[in-house]
Amino acid sequence: MSVAGTQPRPSPAPRQAGVAKDERLAGVSILARLLQRPELGALIGALAVYLLFATVDATPGHLFSSIGGMQNWTDAASTYGIMAVAVALLMIGGEFDLSAGVMTGTSGLLLGMLITRQQVNVWFAIVAVMVFAAIIGIANGVLVVRTKLPSFIITLGTFFVLRGVDVGVTRLLTNTVRFDISDQAPGFRSAQSIFGSTFLAPYNFQDAVLWWAAITVGATWVLTQTTFGNWIFAVGGDANAARAVGVPVARTKIILFMYTAMSAAVVGIMVALRFKGIQSGQGVGLEFFYIIAAVVGGCLLTGGYGSAIGASLGALIIGFAQIGIIFANWDSNWYYTFLGVILFLAVGVNTLVRRRAASARR
Amino acid sequence: MSESTNGVPLLEVRHVSKYFGSVIALRDISMQVHAGEVTCVLGDNGAGKSTLIKILSGVHPHDEGEFLVEGKAVRFGGPREARAAGISVVFQDLATVPLMSIWRNFFLGSEPTVGVGPARRLDTGFAKRTMRDEMWKMGIDVRDPNQTVGTLSGGERQAVAIARAVYFGAKVLILDEPTSALGVRQSGIVLKYVVQARERGLGVIFITHNPHHAYPVGDRFVLLNRGRLMGSYSKHETSLDELTKMMAGGEELERLAKELEKMASDPEMRQVAHELAEDVGGPGDQEPR
Repeated sequence: MSVAGTQPRPSPAPRQAGVAKDERLAGVSILARLLQRPELGALIGALAVYLLFATVDATPGHLFSSIGGMQNWTDAASTYGIMAVAVALLMIGGEFDLSAGVMTGTSGLLLGMLITRQQVNVWFAIVAVMVFAAIIGIANGVLVVRTKLPSFIITLGTFFVLRGVDVGVTRLLTNTVRFDISDQAPGFRSAQSIFGSTFLAPYNFQDAVLWWAAITVGATWVLTQTTFGNWIFAVGGDANAARAVGVPVARTKIILFMYTAMSAAVVGIMVALRFKGIQSGQGVGLEFFYIIAAVVGGCLLTGGYGSAIGASLGALIIGFAQIGIIFANWDSNWYYTFLGVILFLAVGVNTLVRRRAASARR
Repeated sequence: MSESTNGVPLLEVRHVSKYFGSVIALRDISMQVHAGEVTCVLGDNGAGKSTLIKILSGVHPHDEGEFLVEGKAVRFGGPREARAAGISVVFQDLATVPLMSIWRNFFLGSEPTVGVGPARRLDTGFAKRTMRDEMWKMGIDVRDPNQTVGTLSGGERQAVAIARAVYFGAKVLILDEPTSALGVRQSGIVLKYVVQARERGLGVIFITHNPHHAYPVGDRFVLLNRGRLMGSYSKHETSLDELTKMMAGGEELERLAKELEKMASDPEMRQVAHELAEDVGGPGDQEPR
């Protein structure tokens, strides 16, 4: 019984003893390997959008391409980025979370309520909000896994329930649509220095930017280097196959929902502490921005493919557009149209890139 | 027993039956699987092949009879227990994720890691190396371990699934219709993997409805029909023609040939009927003219 290669290739030559086998990796062209990266489209897109707004910048001294401008667009992109990474991981795992936007509001409002009504220490309130978010996430996850309904429907329900609760409870307790948080509350200053303060003195970059960077790095590590990351790709790529080889599909998905809700809580806490209060409508509608960022970043809507870095680049594009349009003196309503066009382009480019990647292998 | 494992079958079922409510899915089935042998389970649709696989792989418990693994009676509580006992199934859909790379698929669910605590991570180098080595043993040279399984041919995907099962300690490999969705050429490649697995000392159960695929690689043939054992033969006791005939339910096919002959008004149809009769080797031998 001699060994022979499969059809397209000739019989493989006997392998030389002692040669490190990974050397053969060099046989795959760098271009082909680059095209395999899901974030390639987003990287090119980010560069293009940056150049566009650096060119049309109407501010004196070209603010957009200055460090001051950088402070502006990183600020705009950071909270989108934190959420986009979570939504991307969930999307790679094959699920959606439409309640991700409103969850930022719910968390911030709960924080405000605990601090102003229950007079608790801010740090204690933060822990309580994180626990609450974890429970909402688990509820989303368990409902999706148990009912086997599309997560689109389940989280749409969560979205509307929370949206109503946000406004209803806020009005009930304050007779307004806002919780104001006093900076005299115990633990406020130390908490704000972590969640809602600035760094790099003259430019004053937001803390959220650091959080965003750390979360992107952490999520990339988990996704590409850990067992759990392998499971995320598997449950999104083919849940039945994953189950057949012993991957805990339900647990993986529930953890992803939990992580998404807890990311929303972090963003809600940031907003509430930074602005010393929070509106009852906070976060509504933002879930679509997160999804846009994830898809622009190369995530497949059907799951099983994508990257955290890509989602962050997608968030960066949103930040560029939000600030760039203001700096260009355009009517800011064009922002939505712009993002819509970007989404179309990104989906087109990503589809193309993926087809190329599949064929340009050998 | 002291006379090595050769005498004791790796896997044996004796007079096994399985009922689903009032439906008799399997009745009085006996078969043996020895190390380094291919046992082909042949049967048409509904013959009970899937039920048999499910019993052997621990999905369903059997209702009657005995199930022995290396001479010891067993009763599996689930597929995991069967796998732990060295019985692995390569399912028709192969349980691979198309968008994931070969090495990730290979170790999916049993990932090797290095480091401890939060620094615990996939042992990527080991995983890629091992996957390449195991695939090499199957006769496939994987140039790029990052290549996604979706870009592989049907036969190659089969090889990944088989190599994975073998690497994770399968002693008995159950292949569920591995050639049914493949073209002629790819089927040939898969048959080669079947023989390779046998050469490596595994007991292979090859489930198929195609005697042309079974006969060249099989050492024993177990025929099922409507949940019952129709026959059990070793290779020298039977031939491809006989297998084909039994598989198709020889008499039925002969009757069909005659009916076709009667209907045959045009020469083309006659030709079909003639060929069918020849295939069956029945009394259709006389020239239909």
